Amino acid sequence: MQVINQNIKWYQSKFEAFEQSLNGAKSTSVHTIRRDAMHRFVELGFPTTRQEEWRFTNILPITTIEFQPILRYELNGVTKKDIQRYMLDNVLQLVFIDGMFSMELSNINSHPIGITAGSLTEMSREHPETIRSYINNMVMGEENAFTTLNTAFLWDGAFISVPRGIVLENPIQLLFVATDREKVYAAQPRNFIIAGIDSQFKIVETYVGLAKNTYLTNTVTEILLCDNSIVEHDKFQIEGINAYHIGTTHVQMNAASRYTSNVISLSGSIVRNNITARFNAESAECILNGLSLGSGMQLIDNHTVIDHAKPHCSSHELYKSILDGASKGVFNGKVFVRKDAQKTDAKQTNKTLLLSDEATMNTKPQLEIFADDVKCTHGATVGQLDDEQIFYLRSRGIDLNAARDILTSAFAGDVINRITIEPFRSQVERIIHDRLNNNHTSS
Amino acid sequence: MSLLEIKNLHASVNGNEILRGINLTVNAGEVHAIMGPNGSGKSTLAGVLAGREAYTVTDGQVLYKGNNLFDMVPEERAREGLFLAFQYPVEIPGVNNSYFLKESLNAIRKHKGLEQLDAIDFLALIKQKVKIVEMDESFLNRPVNEGFSGGEKKRNEIFHMAVLEPMLSILDETDSGLDIDALRIVSEGVNKLRSKENATIIVTHYQRLLNYIIPDVVHVMKDGRLVKSGGKELALELEDRGYDWVHEEAGQTV
Ligand SMILES: Nc1ncnc2c1ncn2[C@@H]1O[C@H](COP(=O)(O)OP(=O)(O)OP(=O)(O)O)[C@@H](O)[C@H]1O
Ligand SMILES: [Mg+2]
Repeated sequence: MQVINQNIKWYQSKFEAFEQSLNGAKSTSVHTIRRDAMHRFVELGFPTTRQEEWRFTNILPITTIEFQPILRYELNGVTKKDIQRYMLDNVLQLVFIDGMFSMELSNINSHPIGITAGSLTEMSREHPETIRSYINNMVMGEENAFTTLNTAFLWDGAFISVPRGIVLENPIQLLFVATDREKVYAAQPRNFIIAGIDSQFKIVETYVGLAKNTYLTNTVTEILLCDNSIVEHDKFQIEGINAYHIGTTHVQMNAASRYTSNVISLSGSIVRNNITARFNAESAECILNGLSLGSGMQLIDNHTVIDHAKPHCSSHELYKSILDGASKGVFNGKVFVRKDAQKTDAKQTNKTLLLSDEATMNTKPQLEIFADDVKCTHGATVGQLDDEQIFYLRSRGIDLNAARDILTSAFAGDVINRITIEPFRSQVERIIHDRLNNNHTSS
Repeated sequence: MSLLEIKNLHASVNGNEILRGINLTVNAGEVHAIMGPNGSGKSTLAGVLAGREAYTVTDGQVLYKGNNLFDMVPEERAREGLFLAFQYPVEIPGVNNSYFLKESLNAIRKHKGLEQLDAIDFLALIKQKVKIVEMDESFLNRPVNEGFSGGEKKRNEIFHMAVLEPMLSILDETDSGLDIDALRIVSEGVNKLRSKENATIIVTHYQRLLNYIIPDVVHVMKDGRLVKSGGKELALELEDRGYDWVHEEAGQTV
């Protein structure tokens, strides 16, 4: 059902132009998927706050601005120096500018042997059927306006496949850089990560905004963990302050696989992260951690869904928010335990630290349990810094601001310390530290 | 000049007057003990001196090293050498004990115009100090007081005191909850740190502690006043007879 004033027609006309530019490629099987997605997008329309899943997240500006879908690569003056601060040294690095792969900024010299890693465009040219088989595989039944819009304009992104038995020592980094352009635009990368049987690796997905203007990142990452694979997936989001970021991650877990996700959200004016993780087979483990820092008028929303479709799986979830200024936080954690999913072990924790009186948090755990022999717990707290702790620190000579910083960092550290990629963890720590310091000097 | 001069101090919490005219002078080199029944205001006095915000000073004056103590925020008092060992040390999850002490010590050193200790010098210092309270080094890398037993928390307070080398230490029931060995260790620690330049106020319920740390003066607090003062034998008498017999001495001077 469409809501008036939404820019549905705008995207339809952009889609037609896109189709025309494709010429012969219009009849490929990938394009059929795009066209279906466009249909679905028109049917669904953008969500409104009348829908339960978006009740606290008003995305009205996103639905009315005419974002130009980016379908062509442009370096747009970005240099390695601009992004140095966010790069990890000597690792395989795929860099994207406004959603399009940048060969010149990427580092593919550190390409580990045996794995496939590159831009989606290139992969689609070389192995169109492989790519086609993955699209929507993992999104299955979880579509919404943003995933369908991403699919409709599917063009570039990262494709990573680590074959059977390969254990990577170094992480892989996907770095998405957003720049200022003449027109407001939508960067819509689509990423595929496939962990082969017995493979092990870590991947960092960084979103950096060099832009001051408004833009939209609407990104979708689909991940498949084959039997016994182990993946750590860290997402670090520092978009521009006027950016909108909608990030969707879909994870499918096969037998005895282990997936860990650490989602650190620092910037953007409206941020919505959707993570859906589904157990396809027994004995798998899923760990979802998140840390959001809100200030000013920011809205940061984390929606997670863990689908215990099979028995003997465990999930552990820890999401924390630190909210300053008049920022808003939202957490919605769904855990489904299906009828056959006996011996499920699910634990969910959501903790919020409010640093100002105007900041607000909406938290909603949602456990739907249809099996009887399970262990499921959840807990949510919203609080302020503890006066007694502040006084203790001050009584030992530490000044008020430093005391607040120490306690705030400790609250954040609980999540940051779960990142096991060392240089990356220090990078996150440093950037968060700077960010918290800034909050003082500006307040 | 006395290190601490408290004159007619009145303080209240939520409109209830708790301290009702405290007079106390502490000179460098002295150890004072304050005893008194539960709820008489001992911790309130300690809190007011350290700068706890819940209390409102309604009358009187406190001079610390000749300056108005109430002109200083808690961290300034600490940097000027005032130290409170908490009756209930606070747990701070996620903050490493030695990291906390380093921040603390360096804030105090900065105030004194001394250079910051680097990681290596600091580590050498705390490894030496931790021995004074016979605490295992593993406590250095645990979150401040989190999961420490009651006695371990008290020892950790004395360890902090040993590192920060305050001029005026207020030990609020540091002996409560200590086993016999810990009591000896903590007292020896306090005695080792005792000097002509610094002073200690010990709040305690037990004469036992005063066998180890010999006080110069023992005060009795009742209903927010110091109603009697005497030598260390007063503590013995209190242990024997309780507090009921103690009445305010006319024209009390301390
Ligand atoms: N924040 C507060 N709110 C209300 N009353 C308080 C507060 N703090 C202290 N009081 C009251 O002030 C009185 C003195 O308390 P204080 O803690 O100073 O006693 P104390 O002498 O240290 O006792 P104890 O020997 O039990 O430690 C008590 O009656 C206590 O209930
Ligand atoms: Mg007390």
